[in-house]
Amino acid sequence: MSSPTSTPSRKRGRASNPSTPGSEGPLSPPSQRARSQDASQGELPPMPTSPATDICSPNPQDTSLFSSPRRSVLPSEVDASSPLLYGTPSSRVEGTPRSGIRGTPARQRPDLGSVRKAPQVDLHSEPPAGENAVASDQAAGQRLVIWGTDVNVGTCKEKFQRFLQRFIDTTSKEDENCGLDLNEPLYMQKLDEISVVGEPVLNVNCGHVQSFDADMYRQLICYPQEVIPTFDMAVNELFFERYPDSILGHQIQVRPYNALKTRNMRSLNPEDIDQLITISGMVIRNSQLIPEMQEAFFRCQVCAFSARVEVDRGRIAEPAVCRNCNTTHSLALMHNRSLFSDKQMIKLQESPEDMPAGQTPHTTVVYAHNDLVDKVQPGDRINITGIYRAAPMRVNPRQSQVKAVYKTHIDVIHFRKTDERRLHGLDDENEQKLFTEERVQTLRELAGKPDVYERLSSALAPSIYEHEDIKKGILLQLFGGTRKDFSQTGRGNFRAEVNILLCGDPGTSKSQLLQYVFNLVPRGQYTSGKGSSAVGLTAYVMKDPETRQLVLQTGALVLSDNGICCIDEFDKMSDSTRSVLHEVMEQQTLSIAKAGIICQLNARTSVLAAANPVESQWNPKKTTIENIQLPHTLLSRFDLIFLMLDPQDEAYDRRLAHHLVALYYKGEEQIEEEYLDMAVLKDYIAYARTYIVPRLCEEASQALIEAYVDMRKIGSGRGMVSAYPRQLESLIRLAEAHAKVRFSEKVETIDVEEAKRLHREALKQSATDPRTGLVDITILTTGMSATARKRKEEIAQALKKMIQAKGKTPAMKYQQLFDDLRAQSEAAITKDLFDEALRALADEDYLTVTGKTVRLL
Amino acid sequence: MPSAHDWINNPLGVVEGMFVQNNSNPEWQKKVVDYFKDKLTEKEAQTWVPSLNDVPLHYLKPNSLVKFRCLIQDMFDPEFYMGVYEAVDPATKSKSLKCGKYKDVTECLVEFNSRNSVTSERQTFYCVPIPGESSWVKECYARSSQAQVIPSTSYTPNRHKRSYDEDDDMDTQSQRPRDSNTGSQSSGDSQRNGDSKRQETEAPSNNTTTTQSCTSPLDLNYPLPEEQGPACLVKVYEDWESFKLNDTIEVFGILSVDPALGGVSEEKEPTSLLDPMESMETVEEQRAHSPPPSLVPRLHMVYALPLQHINPLLPSAVSEDKNAFVTSFLSELGSIRSEFLAYLTHILLGDALAAEYLLLHLVSNVYARRDVLPLGKFTLNLSGCALSATYTEHLYRIIQQLVPSSYRLPMSLHNMNSMRMVPRKDYVANRLVSGVLQLASNTSLFLDETQLEQGQLDASGVRNITALGNLISWQKVDYDFNYHQMEFPCNINVLVASEGRSLLPSDCQVHLKPQLAPPNLGEFLGAIQAAQAPSQMNRYRLYLSVTRRMDYSISEEVTKAVEEDFVEMRKDDPQSMSAEDLHRMLVVSRLLSLSFGQTTLSTDVWMKTKHLEMLRMSRIQQQKSVNGHEP
Repeated sequence: MSSPTSTPSRKRGRASNPSTPGSEGPLSPPSQRARSQDASQGELPPMPTSPATDICSPNPQDTSLFSSPRRSVLPSEVDASSPLLYGTPSSRVEGTPRSGIRGTPARQRPDLGSVRKAPQVDLHSEPPAGENAVASDQAAGQRLVIWGTDVNVGTCKEKFQRFLQRFIDTTSKEDENCGLDLNEPLYMQKLDEISVVGEPVLNVNCGHVQSFDADMYRQLICYPQEVIPTFDMAVNELFFERYPDSILGHQIQVRPYNALKTRNMRSLNPEDIDQLITISGMVIRNSQLIPEMQEAFFRCQVCAFSARVEVDRGRIAEPAVCRNCNTTHSLALMHNRSLFSDKQMIKLQESPEDMPAGQTPHTTVVYAHNDLVDKVQPGDRINITGIYRAAPMRVNPRQSQVKAVYKTHIDVIHFRKTDERRLHGLDDENEQKLFTEERVQTLRELAGKPDVYERLSSALAPSIYEHEDIKKGILLQLFGGTRKDFSQTGRGNFRAEVNILLCGDPGTSKSQLLQYVFNLVPRGQYTSGKGSSAVGLTAYVMKDPETRQLVLQTGALVLSDNGICCIDEFDKMSDSTRSVLHEVMEQQTLSIAKAGIICQLNARTSVLAAANPVESQWNPKKTTIENIQLPHTLLSRFDLIFLMLDPQDEAYDRRLAHHLVALYYKGEEQIEEEYLDMAVLKDYIAYARTYIVPRLCEEASQALIEAYVDMRKIGSGRGMVSAYPRQLESLIRLAEAHAKVRFSEKVETIDVEEAKRLHREALKQSATDPRTGLVDITILTTGMSATARKRKEEIAQALKKMIQAKGKTPAMKYQQLFDDLRAQSEAAITKDLFDEALRALADEDYLTVTGKTVRLL
Repeated sequence: MPSAHDWINNPLGVVEGMFVQNNSNPEWQKKVVDYFKDKLTEKEAQTWVPSLNDVPLHYLKPNSLVKFRCLIQDMFDPEFYMGVYEAVDPATKSKSLKCGKYKDVTECLVEFNSRNSVTSERQTFYCVPIPGESSWVKECYARSSQAQVIPSTSYTPNRHKRSYDEDDDMDTQSQRPRDSNTGSQSSGDSQRNGDSKRQETEAPSNNTTTTQSCTSPLDLNYPLPEEQGPACLVKVYEDWESFKLNDTIEVFGILSVDPALGGVSEEKEPTSLLDPMESMETVEEQRAHSPPPSLVPRLHMVYALPLQHINPLLPSAVSEDKNAFVTSFLSELGSIRSEFLAYLTHILLGDALAAEYLLLHLVSNVYARRDVLPLGKFTLNLSGCALSATYTEHLYRIIQQLVPSSYRLPMSLHNMNSMRMVPRKDYVANRLVSGVLQLASNTSLFLDETQLEQGQLDASGVRNITALGNLISWQKVDYDFNYHQMEFPCNINVLVASEGRSLLPSDCQVHLKPQLAPPNLGEFLGAIQAAQAPSQMNRYRLYLSVTRRMDYSISEEVTKAVEEDFVEMRKDDPQSMSAEDLHRMLVVSRLLSLSFGQTTLSTDVWMKTKHLEMLRMSRIQQQKSVNGHEP
């Protein structure tokens, strides 16, 4: 009954083969079959076979398999099919030209069918029936299906080939498809790639399959164990038809991914067992590589006769009697001639975003096989596609009692790192949060409202009273600008993140605002300037206790890449710590050179910092710089600097009191009604950040130019510069962020208007010269207002005049000079001012100051 | 007195019966749940069930219904079990359908490939007794228990021996489970009488001693270091999503102590090396997830009662008699308050102001959260506590006598540097390693800062201080999951006793000003305590639990008055009255109203609040001027 058509590439093992240990299971790797066939069958003429139709149904009459002509053609090659070849490579015939489907060894796929016993073995408990069914498949006219499923191998194969040949996805955005012509059949191009690169793996997006043929998709999800081998067959047939001369390591394996069945580890349930699932999570632990025995090699101690035994469900049936010399118990296991395959256990933990509040994350065991071993590291965020399995646990091998519990795991077929792109710099898409249609609808509806900007900003930290502009600023920060890449022209990336500094009196709920933001954004970090060191912010190198290797541990700034880093008590940070922020806040990277590790990490983080004034209370007579004592180099990197001051006016007090009292007595529901839900806000931001990429329109550009020129003009009247290109960049970012708030793909004039307004408000607060009451950007860029500089100049000149008026006195008393100047000048002259004037004159080489005396030169 | 109830002694029989009756129609599951719920919500029925909290494990009959008052310390991964399976009788080869629910181990040969088997899902929680539960709570619960069904004839003082016997007993029992629902078990019957006798004489005093071997190296993962009592693996079958970590619940479940469940067996079969399923779990993980059942029994939950509070004096059920009880209590609330205040004043050596604030602190409770801001918390910093070396300790003892659960954390340098405060996920053992800050809601945390000495905090010390600061400011603890942190909100009353102003943030600082200086502080406080009759103490305990739970609102007019007041105060001196001050005053006035048993804010109370705050502020000012170095 073993027609050749039914046999060939069936080396995909079947987990659920109930065949008795005596008969050789269908798991037998090709090498074994080849050999035993060599021994038993001798040379059979190669037959032109149409490759297998049946690959799945278990076949107890295994011996008949060995008549498969295809094995006999190139017996030596099949050795290579074992992934971990501990056998004898010398047996390989060198130089045999190898091509075509029959020449390429197939490779076991322990990920599909493993030696473990699946619980639903009953599906295949009557394998002969299955065999018959499929064997007579062609004769019966494509009506029969694999036992226990509704999969018809022939149809399925045909469908899949059609899919490969015809599927076109013009909207593909996946990065691995870059370089492919989107208007040509996608997978044919991939096959082409395989023939060039020689990596015999074809990744198939289940989403594509679904859109092409929903029925095939359903079959794939429900019976992956049967369907994937069919796919393999189909693709190999197709491939070797097109590229008959290509040489591959083994036959092409199809790896489906992105099965939409399950997204969340928490939603796995018993119905998913033995189905194809995709879940996301984070790797928390990798086991060591486990060589799993596939085939045991026994040799008789007496006559050196060798025997091979398949591992069946984790056990080896040791032959008691040597078949050659009939000695009992003479066979010994030869480890180095047995066949092993690689296997690794990976522990996957639910990603923190998927977890409901107040619960602990779940973990799942995942097994990786062969080349998927060591593909992921602990800490990686991955999507895995695989088959969910469950097996009963035995309490004690000698007892019949069984713990009434199944152990579950996933045999992985495909890994996909979700955070991989962050390294490549193509980003934001990794936050592929899936939005349901309705959600998108509600969000779009919300975006359509004319007052969406106000609504969102008032939804931000509703427990904090007023500070409308600050909330608006933070809102724009949450959305961020559009990322622009000028690396071709050598400028590198333009910063898209908005940085904000809040300074002000203690007790104005700055920390609360920071806490709120930190809780709102998915990738936020919260640190306190007091408690963090430079390494805590950047990265440090430590020795991994387990592997004894040096590993780079990243700090808050790197961790909040694409998020917001909230730094409280910014002023209390040590200077060295603060200095690392310079690079991060403009270049958005972090360079590290320590312990032999030199690298540049992405730190595209927005900084939201809060600082207290030095004198604990804000001194309105001083400039921002003087109040918070931060280097102006750093200050100029903040797009918006807000002052949170206690306004001290009655109407405000009244509103504040009302707000606070309401906070304490209003019911939960009342509050909810008034404000947007935090979850909506979160989604809104996530959606806008992912999907909205606003560009400047012509009018907006003009408006920006005008705004910038205006800003420059303000100062030029008084002979000073009041705006720098950095301010223009800030304006652009803010305008883009505002467009994002509106879900608009174009930056329009209203966006520019708002950006201008906000920028002006912030400047008004932070860059107002307390002496003149005018906005003066130089306070932030040089740390000193233009008037202050002018004043310094004047005093120096007055002093010079005074000294000159005194006539020829080579040396003067410091104190006397000070008193004289004070007496002469109308304005009050502080000692600081006097010192500065002296210094200025000393710089002119007019005089020197030594101790308490001033000498003329 | 209730007679032996089948549903307590042999709940599995009941389950089996229903399973057979309904012909394995999935409906039966709901019926079982409803059945137990009905039984347990009957009047007093809950007290008939023996409690793991006060009865040592080896006195309890396996497979009987027990209850356990506990905190969910960890949640394990969900597991799939055989909900329905086909069993093969080895003798007759006949097949029969069995139900696997509420059981750990199958009874006989299982036909795995049966088409009739149903795989179901259940969740495992690791539960520990409520951390820091005061001894009076334990005693009170133990006293109210009417359970009397503990079978044992041969009581031997050697407990290890005894529990070993029981395990054997258990083993045979699981082999013939059908007996249990057909005939009465002779062994069980004969044991019953003897044990109930012993129970009367011994059990209540017994519960504080550790019956489980302390020599066991197994870490039972209690949040607090000196904790005792059984930990439990609770298997949850129905809507486990409704439970949260750190919830306090009372579980009613079927006790399972089959020794076969112990995970770590030394003599592994060589073949198991090849069994990929077994080799994957690390030894640590096995220890954590399948500890010996004699130490950590399994409990198959049939019913759970979320506990709002653990005060045994207050009726737990949401019933009319509770309301009636509360109303009657409210009538004498005023007098209790003044007595209680007098008591606290004595304890605080005559300082009435500090006593007032301490009372408010004890009543406080986080009743809501507005985005990140917890409302209602009232962390008190009692400074000036370094009167004598042991004063804080005495103070803690007294608080312990008043609140249902509490913990004193001496903030010595060693403790801060070495203590594990924040729970941490151990990925090797795959469990959440507990920390001191994993506490149940409304636990009083007494931070003793007078123990602080000079020295350097190391990295973990700084982390611990930060964690404490976070706990106080935001009422949350960030659990350490190695690759990320997870925030768990909590509701813990923190009292910081310190010499000067605490280094930790606090909502309110009161400097203790003793009016008396008794020569022997310990004796003095002891005498005050002795003077309080137990019934009086009970009234105080009840007072705290009742007032804490009352609803509260502010009327429109009072809102106006408060606003007016605020504006007025700011007018005079904006520096003296910030938004933060108003926040605090609103909390104080709320707590003050509640402490008087009033559910709305009255102008009187508002005036009193202002007065109290003023007194407190002026005292702080004074203190500042006395020690000029104080910031």
